[in-house]
Amino acid sequence: MEVKPKKKQKLKLPASSEEFFQKIAGLASFAVKFLIELFKPPYEINETLKQFFMIGYKSFPLVAITGFIIGLTLTLQSIPTLDKFGAASLVPSMVALAVILEIGPVITSLIFAGKIGSGIGAELGSMKVTEQIDSMEVSGTNPFKYLVVTRIFAATLMLPILVILADAIALFGGFLAINIFDYTSLKTYLVSAMANITFSDIIPAVTKTFLFGMSIGVVGCYEGYNASRGTESVGIAANTAVVISSLMVILIDMVMVQLASIIF
Amino acid sequence: MSEVKNDDEILSVSKLKKSFGSNTVLSEVDLKLKKGETVVILGRSGTGKSVILKCIIGLIFPDSGSIEIFGEDFLSIKQAEKSKLRIRIGFLFQSGALYDSMTVRQNLEFPIIRQPDYKKSDLSGKVEEMLENVGLVEAIDKMPSELSGGMQKRIGLARTLMLEPEIILYDEPTTGLDPVTSNEISHLILDMQKKLDVSSLIVTHDMQCAKLVSNRIVVLKDGKFAAEGTYEELEKSDDEFVRGFFKFE
Ligand SMILES: Nc1ncnc2c1ncn2[C@@H]1O[C@H](COP(=O)(O)OP(=O)(O)OP(=O)(O)O)[C@@H](O)[C@H]1O
Ligand SMILES: [Mg+2]
Repeated sequence: MEVKPKKKQKLKLPASSEEFFQKIAGLASFAVKFLIELFKPPYEINETLKQFFMIGYKSFPLVAITGFIIGLTLTLQSIPTLDKFGAASLVPSMVALAVILEIGPVITSLIFAGKIGSGIGAELGSMKVTEQIDSMEVSGTNPFKYLVVTRIFAATLMLPILVILADAIALFGGFLAINIFDYTSLKTYLVSAMANITFSDIIPAVTKTFLFGMSIGVVGCYEGYNASRGTESVGIAANTAVVISSLMVILIDMVMVQLASIIF
Repeated sequence: MSEVKNDDEILSVSKLKKSFGSNTVLSEVDLKLKKGETVVILGRSGTGKSVILKCIIGLIFPDSGSIEIFGEDFLSIKQAEKSKLRIRIGFLFQSGALYDSMTVRQNLEFPIIRQPDYKKSDLSGKVEEMLENVGLVEAIDKMPSELSGGMQKRIGLARTLMLEPEIILYDEPTTGLDPVTSNEISHLILDMQKKLDVSSLIVTHDMQCAKLVSNRIVVLKDGKFAAEGTYEELEKSDDEFVRGFFKFE
């Protein structure tokens, strides 16, 4: 067999503008296919439940620790500063605003992109490389439904739940931080934390996390599902999935914040 | 084995051409398979034998040429119909391609429980029966990673046979197996043909298997079939290259 010199494979970010647009088109059509297949029976219920567990439940500890520390440190660092202006009583409210609107959703999603995006990319990538996806296809079953729809769906539903939990844990971290300085009851703390938050703040903050979850799922699945031949493409798929989905989270966040300020 | 005497053409490939970039793998492949016939494809490593099988099952799209299966133009039908046809075709991957997150039992059940007209009764005892055929009943609750390469291959074969396909494409079914098991697999292939009138296309380097199961042998060279005939005919071929496959010493 003829042996060709291998090109040095680095992290595969789109090299040319053509490749860039091809990737965008690929991701978009993947997302559309997901939405179409999602509603078509038969449903892969068992696999979906399994993915809820793998993607949601197993990410919880990481997300919880991060949320707790962010709430704690944010509060600890804000108290001395705001105290100078005599505004220490505004700390809970400020932390809650920051956490619920921006820090909670974005940090949780970035961590989720690192854990789940790479996990899905590597798993589907190795299934592709070892011909398992081909094997499903030739046996007349629909690998897209079984592998992709279940994972994107789980990521879309689980991330918002994780974000809400992380927000709550972060607020609790803030509560502990305040109690380091002087005693406050949980009730007083929550009342002052929520004082400035309205429903129209929470709705866009939660809505965008659905989009974050879906884009992380779509990118992870796309990279894995379209991995090329050879084991190194598994690493590339996982790596690219994290890079692109993290970027997507930031970009979608920017767009959604603009949109929300127009609508509300 | 002798030639099959009927004219029911079940699979017909003509003028198949496929290149990967500048690497022309298949230049002009023509192949016909009759009902109940077993054709063996010989060829040096890397000449494109696996590519032919993958074109036929639709995993690789050829550059040009036509593929007809059960009288239908396989290259232009819709995805839904393609899936329906594929259920009637079995494919054994060279690598086995077992689903490594599932047990052996789940591997075998995977395609069956996803058929539209699936009933639970279809399944009773079938997994055990197929595993019996390949001599691996004891592996039923194991994960693929706990099995040896040869065992994985045999599970792959059992999984392929689960849907009782009418055409089976085998990519090196006996490679990597010990002589005794190889012989058993060859006999299993023969049984499938005799009992169920299965048509098979087999890529193999195992000449004992080829001798036992083939009605006809084709030899792939430089992107097309360079020779065709029964085992006995090709063994006495004038062509040095063809005879090379039949020398054992
Ligand atoms: N998906 C693909 N993309 C690019 N090149 C490919 C692809 N599949 C196969 N090839 C190339 O096609 C040629 C034939 O490959 P193939 O796997 O069909 O060989 P083979 O005859 O089955 O060999 P072996 O007996 O070793 O299995 C090789 O040069 C291989 O590099
Ligand atoms: Mg091969």
